[in-house]
Amino acid sequence: MQQENSKGAAAASKDYAIGKSKVELRNVSKSYGEEWDEQTVIEDISFELTPGDLTVVVGPSGCGKSTLVNLIAGFERPDSGEILLDGKRVTGPGKDRMVVFQETALMPWQTTYENVVFGPKLRGDMRGKELKDEAERLLAKVGLYEFMHKYPLQLSGGMQRRAELARALINKPSILIMDEPFRGLDAMSRGLMQEFFLRLFEENHRTNLFVTSEIDEAIFLADRLVILSNRPAQVRKVIDIRLPRPRHYSMLNSQEAYDYKREAMSILHDEAMRSFSSTGVSSDFTENYTAQPNA
Amino acid sequence: MTDVAQSSSGAYALPRRRSKLEKLIQNVSFWRGVTAVIVFLCVWEVGSRMDEWLGEAWTVPFVGLIPPPTDVAVAWLEVLPKAGYWNSWYESFRRVLSGFLVAMALGIPFGLLLAVNKYFRDLFFPPFEILRPIPPLAWVPASLIFWPTNEMSIAFVTFLGAFFTIVINVLGGARSIDVRYLRAAQSMGASQWHLFSRIVLPATLPSIFTGAAVGMGITWEVVLAAEMISGGGTQGGGGLGFFIWNSYMGGSLTQIVVGMISIGIAGFLSSSAIRALGDWFMPWKRMF
Repeated sequence: MQQENSKGAAAASKDYAIGKSKVELRNVSKSYGEEWDEQTVIEDISFELTPGDLTVVVGPSGCGKSTLVNLIAGFERPDSGEILLDGKRVTGPGKDRMVVFQETALMPWQTTYENVVFGPKLRGDMRGKELKDEAERLLAKVGLYEFMHKYPLQLSGGMQRRAELARALINKPSILIMDEPFRGLDAMSRGLMQEFFLRLFEENHRTNLFVTSEIDEAIFLADRLVILSNRPAQVRKVIDIRLPRPRHYSMLNSQEAYDYKREAMSILHDEAMRSFSSTGVSSDFTENYTAQPNA
Repeated sequence: MTDVAQSSSGAYALPRRRSKLEKLIQNVSFWRGVTAVIVFLCVWEVGSRMDEWLGEAWTVPFVGLIPPPTDVAVAWLEVLPKAGYWNSWYESFRRVLSGFLVAMALGIPFGLLLAVNKYFRDLFFPPFEILRPIPPLAWVPASLIFWPTNEMSIAFVTFLGAFFTIVINVLGGARSIDVRYLRAAQSMGASQWHLFSRIVLPATLPSIFTGAAVGMGITWEVVLAAEMISGGGTQGGGGLGFFIWNSYMGGSLTQIVVGMISIGIAGFLSSSAIRALGDWFMPWKRMF
């Protein structure tokens, strides 16, 4: 453990120069489908990922959070508006924006180590001993040094997410995009991963976008909270979370955190109810619910 | 992390590595399988000898008409030293393998091309889909006319049997790749070629081997049928299919069963070989 800490400290100073980029979204909109059956997923969204901050986007499920991630990562283009990375327009995917996907996107046919070195090896910008050392340093940092020759399916859910973090970090991204990364983990691993991720972030304050639908997770991690509306997604509110860093899980029990949570919850609740009542399902559901005396 | 490693390597001695044979002998499933085969043979033996022991009235339907396993074993021992019997094995295996290998060699790239290139798919998928439902045996008369020798007709029909299955599996596998793998690779700077060789190809391997396993089964069916149809002669003769047909013409029931079981064993060997190859090519699937 001692050794890992010292390695971590070295890493912090080494990575400090990178990861301080700024992302601006200006009036971004995105729709899918043919003209006669157009579904607007994102409508006129503008906000910023401020350098060195952890911006957390929360919103009701299915509101278009993943689409937002795809747009910033460059997998898809906005229909209108623009996304700027340090003032330059985003036109496609790039190694400056690494995405940690929902569930896991580690390639099952490669060992953990092979997954981590995948990017640098393809581009050939790091090789031989340098690459090996860097990969091993990152694997040690995420606590997977002993598991690097295992295949992803042999790892637990939490380990897979940490391997994916290492795979993203080795590419030295200027921003890290996390799309509901801890979804599907059990409550215990989820809590551990949140704390692990926080420590990683607080080491060097890399510009970070974190998407989630869990309000506690959002408040625990965020510098800024961007709350989205129902589909089509619009920015409902941006809240600065001024809880002190380094964060600790117990801070979630403070009055301050509670106030943030209540504010966020009331907005999200309104949005959730709106989506609920706009579908025919809702009335059936409420009727059934009230009809059951034991429910 | 480090604590775990220490306790597992230091405090406790690791169990001794067992050889493959040892593992097999200690495996309960293996003995269950052996028992099942023995019971099956016993039931067959008793069933087919009932009339011998208790009189005609006790003839068991179906089983009573089949020669008992002991008779089959005797007949087998008789043909085992004969070159003709082994030549049948050789002939059938040669046909299956050549048809199968050509089908793999053409089917895998064709399926991958269909999957990755939209123009290619638009052009070649419709005719492929019209030809695919035609059973391989329906091609026999046409190919007998078309190809100059019986042997070539057999090879062609065998090839068709495996080809369509392999293509459809490769296509399905390559088209259902999780888009996140491709996106992750794209973010990391993968070129089109990288995407194909590092993502599409390995992600399609499981489907390729599924296609190969199914295709191999079909190839055996087609070869056997083709050998029976082409019937003896010097041209395009021989093979296990002809061995059975010949035994039928000669009225030797025991020898028919010998031929059938031989095919069973041959098929089992072929699919074992494919499974072993699959394990070797896909080490990440081996842990389960």
